[in-house]
Amino acid sequence: MIKFIQQLINGTSIGFVYALIAIGYSLIYSILSFSNFAHSTFIIAGAYTGFFLLTAVSLPLPFSLLGAIVGGILIAVFAEKVAYRPIRERGNPTLYFIIASMGMSIFGENIVIATIGPKFRSYPPILSVTAYQIGGISISVLDIMAAVVGSIFLLMLMYVVNKTRQGMAIRAAAFDLETVGLMGVNTNQLISLVFLVAGALAGLAGFFLGMKYTVFPQLGNLTMKAYVAAVFGGLGSLPGAVIGSVFLGIIETIIAGYFSSTLRDIFVFALLILVLLVRPSGLMGAKREDKV
Amino acid sequence: MGYLLGIMTLICCNIIVVIGLSLLTGFTGIFSFGHAAYMAIGAYSAAILTTKLGVPFVLALIVAVMIAALAGRLIGIPTLKLVGDYFAIAMLGLGETVRLLLDNGGKLTGGARGFGNIPGKTAFPIAFVIMVFSVIVMRNIIGSRYGRCFLAIREDELAAECCGIDTYGLKKTSLTISAAFGGLGGALFAHYITYIQPIMFDMAKSTEIAAAVVFGGLGSLSGSIIASIILIGIPEVLRPLYQWRLVFYGLLLVGTIVLRPQGLMGGREFTIQGLKNAAQWVQEKIPGRGKGEKR
Repeated sequence: MIKFIQQLINGTSIGFVYALIAIGYSLIYSILSFSNFAHSTFIIAGAYTGFFLLTAVSLPLPFSLLGAIVGGILIAVFAEKVAYRPIRERGNPTLYFIIASMGMSIFGENIVIATIGPKFRSYPPILSVTAYQIGGISISVLDIMAAVVGSIFLLMLMYVVNKTRQGMAIRAAAFDLETVGLMGVNTNQLISLVFLVAGALAGLAGFFLGMKYTVFPQLGNLTMKAYVAAVFGGLGSLPGAVIGSVFLGIIETIIAGYFSSTLRDIFVFALLILVLLVRPSGLMGAKREDKV
Repeated sequence: MGYLLGIMTLICCNIIVVIGLSLLTGFTGIFSFGHAAYMAIGAYSAAILTTKLGVPFVLALIVAVMIAALAGRLIGIPTLKLVGDYFAIAMLGLGETVRLLLDNGGKLTGGARGFGNIPGKTAFPIAFVIMVFSVIVMRNIIGSRYGRCFLAIREDELAAECCGIDTYGLKKTSLTISAAFGGLGGALFAHYITYIQPIMFDMAKSTEIAAAVVFGGLGSLSGSIIASIILIGIPEVLRPLYQWRLVFYGLLLVGTIVLRPQGLMGGREFTIQGLKNAAQWVQEKIPGRGKGEKR
């Protein structure tokens, strides 16, 4: 039983990190209707920025965390301006967005390998060693921090989306981007804002992933799992992304804990294909019909 | 000379795979980022047939192509019902799943360590003849009634369906043919390189294939062929910059889509007449500045 509760806690903690990534996927999907695979690049940017700020510059933790967020934002907004905007302005099919985002994700991963190197680098042990023991269950400080900081950011995002003018514009754009443009919203600015938010969350997630595991160029591949979580929760739905992520985190940890970790990876992809076949709109996604 | 022939053999294997994906992406408008999976299926089935069961090479090739086609068909039945980028995602998942299954295949596939001692049957002349044959077959498919239906699906699926085209069935056909070409390329590749590993058919390979199709121009068979020669040939020449290869592919994908989405050939085919026209066009434009691409 104790083992099970331990797995549950570990799973929830990784689920929170997935949620930060999955929200980014969902947010961009809800506005531009494509899956932004370049998200992995934003994660890597955050993880490496945080790493270098902590080691080479030896900034204190909160500032490094902030730096990681800024790193994610810069790459995200840059990617949008350079690659997605020209495609959008030409009015090309979504296929082109996917190809470009895939290209960017491959570019990002490999430019890190070619310049910084393929080595695994571990964050300096500031937090992760200490763990609280409660009745045989151990909770690391890092897990608590990830959950708390992650929740704060998610709540802030919920507030912005549901209560502010910009949030209303985002929700309206998710409904119909073109009409929102006609109603006088600056859509280019709005899309930049969405990428900014997605990049910030990705940078934060990258920092946590780097602390939890290590930093390495393929770190971005973990976003595949967050992506599966976003699809599972329903692409385009923010609460769905959070629920899907926590669920996936828990299931994944339990499978790895009781069976094997290879089975875990196969399970994640099997779940993706299963969800796409049975219910492509996911748990909470809106039913999408093809427009003519 | 042997080295050069080796690269040319490799290019021939890759051309077969790339024109396979070209049919699916360029002509039917379905994007796949897991096409290396079909190559892996072809490579492993042919290798198991010749090495473990002692089947003759030619027969193994035919069976491998059939297995890959069957796999494509079976995968297509559920996944092609998905719309838009969901299919691309499903293929991505499929590519990774096939690789993971091969990794854990035990004695049959040799696991992550790889599968060795495959007889080196793919000599350059054989690969070249099969490649030319594949290109001719593909050209005929594209020129046929099927090919025109594929184009109709690419341009507007709804309108195609209204014209009485069985879009779901034809998309399955397209994927099946595409997978068969992938399997053929993979089987030839396995018998050239004589040692295969699941990691050879990873995302990077799928990217390479997709980059060749996009760079060559969606909807241009000769573009795909020219692009595969360039994309396989250049990294071989620039071996010291090997780790920059994928950086280059990524940049090429983004750059092509952003700057010239119609690709190298822009949906046109390479013909002698086209070459003459281009030469004439260049001559006319030399005094003044060109207007850019005509399309």
